[in-house]
Amino acid sequence: MDFNDSPEEAAYREKARAWLVENAAAHRAQFGDLKPNTDEHMAAAKSWQARKAAGGYACITWPAAVGGGGGTPIQSVIFGQEETKAGVGYGYFTIGLGMCVPTVMAFSNNETKQRFVSPAVKGEEIWCQLFSEPAGGSDVAALRTRAIKDGDEWVINGQKVWTTGAHYCDYGILLVRTDPDVPKHKGLTMFWIDMRDAAVECRPIHQMSGGREFNEVYFTDLRVKDSQRLGEVGEGWKVALVTLMNERLAVGGSSGPSYREIMGLARELTGPTGPAIKDNAFREKLADWYVQSEGLKFTRFRTMTALSRGQTPGPESSIGKIIAANQMQDLANTAVEMEDQYGILVDPDQAPAEAAFQQSLMWAPGLRIAGGTDEILKNIIAERVLGLPGDVRVDKDVAFKDMPTGR
Amino acid sequence: MGRRRRAGLAGACIPEEYNGLGLGRVELCAIAEELGRAVAPIPFASTVYMLAEGVMAFGSEAQKSAVLPRVAAGEMIGCLATSEGPGVVTASNLACRVEGGKLTGVKIPVTDGDVADMALVLAAEGGKPGLFLVDLKSSGVSRETLKSLDPTRSVAKLTFEGVTAERVGEAGQGLEIVQSILDRAAVLLAFEQLGGADKCLEMAKDYALGRYAFGRVIAGYQAIKHKLADMYVKNEVARSNAYYGAWALNVDAPELPIAASAARIAASDAYWFASKESIQVHGGMGFTWDVDCHLYYRRSRQLSLVAGAPRVWKERLVSQLEQKNAA
Repeated sequence: MDFNDSPEEAAYREKARAWLVENAAAHRAQFGDLKPNTDEHMAAAKSWQARKAAGGYACITWPAAVGGGGGTPIQSVIFGQEETKAGVGYGYFTIGLGMCVPTVMAFSNNETKQRFVSPAVKGEEIWCQLFSEPAGGSDVAALRTRAIKDGDEWVINGQKVWTTGAHYCDYGILLVRTDPDVPKHKGLTMFWIDMRDAAVECRPIHQMSGGREFNEVYFTDLRVKDSQRLGEVGEGWKVALVTLMNERLAVGGSSGPSYREIMGLARELTGPTGPAIKDNAFREKLADWYVQSEGLKFTRFRTMTALSRGQTPGPESSIGKIIAANQMQDLANTAVEMEDQYGILVDPDQAPAEAAFQQSLMWAPGLRIAGGTDEILKNIIAERVLGLPGDVRVDKDVAFKDMPTGR
Repeated sequence: MGRRRRAGLAGACIPEEYNGLGLGRVELCAIAEELGRAVAPIPFASTVYMLAEGVMAFGSEAQKSAVLPRVAAGEMIGCLATSEGPGVVTASNLACRVEGGKLTGVKIPVTDGDVADMALVLAAEGGKPGLFLVDLKSSGVSRETLKSLDPTRSVAKLTFEGVTAERVGEAGQGLEIVQSILDRAAVLLAFEQLGGADKCLEMAKDYALGRYAFGRVIAGYQAIKHKLADMYVKNEVARSNAYYGAWALNVDAPELPIAASAARIAASDAYWFASKESIQVHGGMGFTWDVDCHLYYRRSRQLSLVAGAPRVWKERLVSQLEQKNAA
């Protein structure tokens, strides 16, 4: 594992940092501090993305010919680190550029690529991913949204769920069932669609955390051209796997307060036997969180080292989300209980750390589910990393229409 | 719940001479379990476990006559006001003061403080903690409703500016009296927690039996079965400890502090686990506002915090065990 940049990496970091200092300042001067999920925030995000594209820092690993940076994976990681330090990142493009547009690039004709890739890189158009359904969560391939061929078009009816940003996205990649008479993985096909079509309706989901960042998306006789198909008819699952390869890494980054913040809280509070920071039970937990966090950090170093040496990272990064999501819940709950009766308060004006621990407590259950539940991730580690036998499968060779669903 | 029936429940353990039903604490435990199961959005615990039980145990005859018949009739809501900020309240950080029978200071948060008629307030008098009965309709009281993790139970900030306050119990014994009230409340709250934890297990089980993934009900997958079994194990540990607590409460046994601490610790652990893992079993649906899972998740936090967090009770339990074993 390398802890330091190679000379080339150090030079790239220096260059990126200099660019960020200058451009972040100009960006801030133009937009100031904005609240997320507002039109102004979106406008700022699009402007920043355009700025990055002009500087060669958008989609760093993509060819310059499509608007990318023509760089390496390690350069992309380095820029991401420096961008985070500079405090100017925006999340709106992550799914589109990380998952959807690469799928479009891999499975569409030149005309489609020319139309869509460059505007996406520049932040002019945003993409969403339409896979999950009420009856297809962990088992995405059980999805029911139906597409029926009608001449040169397909007519689509059904519903997607948990679509991040569907309400602000311009285009989406949509996985549908085109043949219910074959086993479930074989009857799927992928399309790109226009999210502004009148036959597409987005309804925000009211989350338990209070926010409405995700959507249900309904399709009522949505007509798409056969030329909007990505990959062959019936090959949708293979296309989807290309899209999903990056998801678990993308969701894995930890968020919310860490051992540092709870240590700060403990310094200020009184516990049952004196200062909370002196409580041995708490100190043991703190040590455990530190070790987990550092474990994740150095696991990322191992991934980076592999990238830096031009190797494929190993399976170790699969531990990320299991640790991050569960630690988030445990740490937030410990903090809230440390505040004692006062922990029930959620107003940022009253609660310590501007209620970051309370917010984290209400987000953590979602993080344990999104992008692969704890249980699915453990199955993946057990079966794909350790090579253990899988569960007995009853759905592999049955026509989708004959598969038990309970409904 | 109709007003008349609520009145009956609130007076369940109040003696007949004060117009209550004169039932035992075991009956109250049964009521508590059902309230917990239903995540009832009512100020029952504050009124009955804190105010009425506190006045019954420590109040003067006049205080009992003023409070108990009105609670029994469903005409008075109560609350217990101890907290003044983040962390645990102690004799040394207690800021509310009573001088010449007048209370001054701020209590935050006070569960049901925005709707209560009468409060038991922990405040220092002559430099020593005491417990005081305060009519919240008096002049000099201002209240502000606050946002809570559990919006089905209200919390408030109460500000007192020279408000008439009447001491309950001995002077200088405030912390001991509050602890005694909380010992009794801990058993009752444990039953609310137990009712909630059992309901979480039921909801998770029902959902898992109806939800298909990979062509099978998810209840058939070992990861889910073990999760539900873990819930059951914790719930039964909590139930047995709660039953022992109910006995100790009912006969006012000397074992009550230990039994109450154990009941609260086990029930807090069971409810937290069941409420968070029930969301996990429900998957994405469990994270939505539309499914009840989050009501239980929120209430599990409310019940774990309202009478002091579990680690406070763990310390109390072990201290009691040390004393017992030294004796």
